[in-house]
Amino acid sequence: MPELTLHQIGPNASLQDLGREGYLRFGLSRGGAMDRVAILEAAALLGQRLDLTAIELPSASVKLGVSVAQRVALTGAPMLADADGRALQWGASHKLEAGEVLSLRPTGRGLYGYIAFGGGIETDLTLGHRSAHFTGGLGRALQAGDVLLLGDDTKAGEPPRRLKPDARFDGGRLRFVTGPQTGLYSADMLAAFEATRFTKSGHANRQAAKLEHEGAPFAAEGQLGIVSEVIVPGDIQMTGEGEPFVLLAEHQTMGGYPRIGAVIPQDMPRIAQASAGAELWFERISLEEADALYLPEKELLRRIRDASEPLVRDPREMSDLLSYQLISGMITGQED
Amino acid sequence: MVEMPQIAPIGTEGYLVRFADRLDDAANKALQGYAEALEAEAVEGVVEISTALASVFVRFDVLRITRADLVAKLQTLLSSRDWKTETNKAKPRLWRVPTLYGGAAGPQLGEVAKLVGVSEEAAVRELSEVRVRVLAIGFAPGQPYLGMLPERWDVPRQTELSPRVPQGALVLAVRQLNLFANETPTGWRHIATTHMKLFRPKEPQPFALRPGDEVLFPAVSEHDWAMLETEPMGGAKLEEASDA
Repeated sequence: MPELTLHQIGPNASLQDLGREGYLRFGLSRGGAMDRVAILEAAALLGQRLDLTAIELPSASVKLGVSVAQRVALTGAPMLADADGRALQWGASHKLEAGEVLSLRPTGRGLYGYIAFGGGIETDLTLGHRSAHFTGGLGRALQAGDVLLLGDDTKAGEPPRRLKPDARFDGGRLRFVTGPQTGLYSADMLAAFEATRFTKSGHANRQAAKLEHEGAPFAAEGQLGIVSEVIVPGDIQMTGEGEPFVLLAEHQTMGGYPRIGAVIPQDMPRIAQASAGAELWFERISLEEADALYLPEKELLRRIRDASEPLVRDPREMSDLLSYQLISGMITGQED
Repeated sequence: MVEMPQIAPIGTEGYLVRFADRLDDAANKALQGYAEALEAEAVEGVVEISTALASVFVRFDVLRITRADLVAKLQTLLSSRDWKTETNKAKPRLWRVPTLYGGAAGPQLGEVAKLVGVSEEAAVRELSEVRVRVLAIGFAPGQPYLGMLPERWDVPRQTELSPRVPQGALVLAVRQLNLFANETPTGWRHIATTHMKLFRPKEPQPFALRPGDEVLFPAVSEHDWAMLETEPMGGAKLEEASDA
């Protein structure tokens, strides 16, 4: 079987997919990729399904190679990519030849880059999946020297494709719905919460992202007397200090800290990908509005696939540009 | 005061059916019975049901059932009987988990006995015989909240955390026991240790305990306990139905 060798890899990189559903009652949260859209994008580029497994790279460089030529998809937070010095466009698929060294480096924009393989990663399954769940004790961080089995890329000859660019890597608006504990906060407190500009703290992991702000803390009434209730991904939990933590893929399944509401699933990649210092704010929407936005991931995958297009060479990267016959009238000099 | 039980949306894909606003043994039993009955109804569009200490969480697919229909179903089932007096049709499963109390295996047993006002021997005797129920599973995969112990075991949590309590530790606070799936810091007091494996991801039945299971922690000698370490479940035995 084809093999993937990790020559070099930064800390806390791991295998990720869309996570394990159905184990909440046993204390295991879904887990899975911090940026679920990046998994769908990789599946769209490679013509794969929702069960694809990718390598999640949290602001971590990697150097790797494959033993048999494969297509690779590069999605999520933009990284600088090259294969033996040949620059590769981010948000696209490419063919990686056997023995080439693919090198990826963070750009500082967004937190989690992803790389997926045309033949798929074929390591053993645990509870039906390959994703690491660090807080649940499943899987482990990838290390330099790891050799992982890949499947054969039966579509290795298909031309590379690229995605429509997406703006989820720069912070911004987080839409949220109110929940059963929102009533612990006064109307004034809720209004102040919505008017506040937060910055993403550097204190973020697969479990939660901390936000910071200037001004008074957001305190609930009767904060300490809450019996532990189920936590849903996106819950905005206030600790004793009154700073919000947004709970992410590896959240605990129950918690006793009060929650002012929950970020909607569509904006979870935005909070997960925001770099330290990025500005974020919350906007309340109704459940009806949230329901109208709902799109099953299977349908989202189809839309991303339909919006992707063949990868064409970027003229800026063409050293032999002058030798191309530019059709008169096509370039007016006034675009952009 | 909110009237209980109460049905409220949580997140964009779920509802919470709250039976109490504090931990209460009768409410916990009631919600477990309700969750079981809801599961048995196999409502189209309900994709996951999970129980916590005082509430039931129901996750649904908004394309397969409307909010109004789901809330109506949850309410109808809620009103169909008095869940607090309803005796579960299915008898709970009973676990016997061999336990080493006191000494290095339970360094705070003496402290707890003192707070309760009994000798260590009396504490071990009573805790060996008290049958507790899995109130909920959480904090770590497979890790149970167990209760309720008799009133006099209402020992507060410590204000200072114990920095490191090992995997398998049996800890006590506020009329509850907890069995740790992993080494962790805690405000609960460490009274004993077991070899029970709560989460074995590679096994066909990865989670040993289920909400509603009953558990006994009989004391064993240090010698017997040491012999159990290599047994698959650390000597924990399951009886399918209890005679309670």
